[in-house]
Amino acid sequence: MKNMVEIRWHGRGGQGAKTACLLLADAAFASGKYVQGFPEYGPERMGAPITAYNRISDERCTIHSNIYEPDYVVVVDETLLQSVDVTHGLSPKGAIVINTHKSPDEVRPLLRGYEGRVYTIDARAISERTLGKYFPNTPMLAAIVKVSGVLDPWRFVSDMEASFKHKFATKPQVIEGNMECLTQSLKEVRG
Amino acid sequence: MSIRERLSGNEAIAYAMRQINPDVFAAFPITPSTEIPQYFAQYVANGQVDTEYVTVESEHSSMSTCIGAEAAGVRAVTATSSCGLAFMYELLYVAASARLPVTLACVNRALTGPININNDHSDSMGARDAGWIQLYAENNQEAYDNYLQAMRIAETPDVRLPIMVCQDGFITSHAVENILLEEDDAVKAFVGEYHPEHALIGRETPLAVGPYDVSPYYMEHKVQQAEAMKNAKRAILDVAADFEKTFGRKYGFFEEYRMEDAEVAIVLIGSTAGTAKACIDQLRAAGRKVGLIKLRVFRPFPGEELAEALSHVKAAAIMDKSESFSACGGPLYAETCAACYALDSRPVLIDVVYGLGGRDVATEDIARVYDHLFLMAENGGQGPKYIHMGQRSSEQEVL
Repeated sequence: MKNMVEIRWHGRGGQGAKTACLLLADAAFASGKYVQGFPEYGPERMGAPITAYNRISDERCTIHSNIYEPDYVVVVDETLLQSVDVTHGLSPKGAIVINTHKSPDEVRPLLRGYEGRVYTIDARAISERTLGKYFPNTPMLAAIVKVSGVLDPWRFVSDMEASFKHKFATKPQVIEGNMECLTQSLKEVRG
Repeated sequence: MSIRERLSGNEAIAYAMRQINPDVFAAFPITPSTEIPQYFAQYVANGQVDTEYVTVESEHSSMSTCIGAEAAGVRAVTATSSCGLAFMYELLYVAASARLPVTLACVNRALTGPININNDHSDSMGARDAGWIQLYAENNQEAYDNYLQAMRIAETPDVRLPIMVCQDGFITSHAVENILLEEDDAVKAFVGEYHPEHALIGRETPLAVGPYDVSPYYMEHKVQQAEAMKNAKRAILDVAADFEKTFGRKYGFFEEYRMEDAEVAIVLIGSTAGTAKACIDQLRAAGRKVGLIKLRVFRPFPGEELAEALSHVKAAAIMDKSESFSACGGPLYAETCAACYALDSRPVLIDVVYGLGGRDVATEDIARVYDHLFLMAENGGQGPKYIHMGQRSSEQEVL
């Protein structure tokens, strides 16, 4: 299907990769796209590797399978680079974005010869700075929006603000931190 | 006006339930249907429905609760999956034979063992002879639309049978996709209120529900049940026609996708139909005449209509997402073969068992089935006819 973008998320149970995947689907839906957001389920437990997927397109995608040849990959936990072949099937025309304090050049040797674009973002530092706690999913969401270009970043920020205002209606004090987290993340993607 | 939204399949079912506001919801959680009672509990807590929400200690009790409520004369619903459905087993027959139109949202999941939480159809296929109407969905939209139609089908006076609204666990139940929802008032008007002719409460005529049935009468009651299932075919089409008139989306016993001039075809149920459609579009672009029949209604089985739809193809793969251990094919294959026996000239029919326990199916897998069908059509049906797709062992590998 033309204009379809396929994204695969790698994270560990409890880090919010599934939530970030569903938030991306929400944001893409808000901008008028057809979306799919779905996690791959199994015997989940905290810390175990998990996978989640997005398809974003201009017409309805009817395929209901996992994604084997993604355009983009998001790695929410860099320790997965040792145990999971995160670039498997990843398009060389696409990109991978990894949560780490390291530079793209430092992590590239861990990517089993992947020749496409490599981006990094220090989601821990941004999250701890803006939210006071380690929630990597919001920075990673911003990073994939920027790297993939699937949504206009500033439209995305305003949609997310509306979404946070709805989601945190009873805790308005956390909205500012989340918005700060998003905008700083958009600026701090390295690649 | 339809409402543009994005929801998971489970959210869509819970949303439909809220709009319908049933009298009784009997709740017991099991993956992957758990979200349905979970979302509905929020509607109850928020006062958005006035449903009697009964938390029970097992699925045996949730179906018993539905039976009691329906016998009393009100609408009762529940949701379950896998072993939960298996635990309801004896009650499924009671609901059907007592002619109580319970609505059950079945989120299909493999049966234990080995223990597995992922999707296949072994749970509802195992209950196929229990006397329930069964509707299946390709995606969240169809799950929602089937649910809106379910009660009117089940409560039709000459039907009065319980109904299962099935969707694929996780694949559609937990996938967020675009959906068109209908306005609350329009849904309420479409579904209507339930005023059964007979009920235990609020009627002057005394009634017994579920008494012992002696041999001189038992068989007559079974024949009435069988007749009711035949009547369900007409009710399904009538309700679908009204649904299309009201909301604009068309439903029938099955959907035919690019079947007009198809030389080979696949028949299957559920979410893989969408994957097959994408594969068909690719193969058609390369000039190959392939088609799909996606079954929406498995009980009653639309045998004559399905045979007619298959009559012009050379070969068809009947794809079963459950293994019935018959040693000669799965339930959909058996029913389709029986239906096609009456045809003067029959297509080559093979059974492809696939996707058990959540084994993923991609467009490439479907393309291999079509390749195999062209081969079978050419050689007049030589070769294995009962295949398990995607085996790890190359010795067992046919597809």
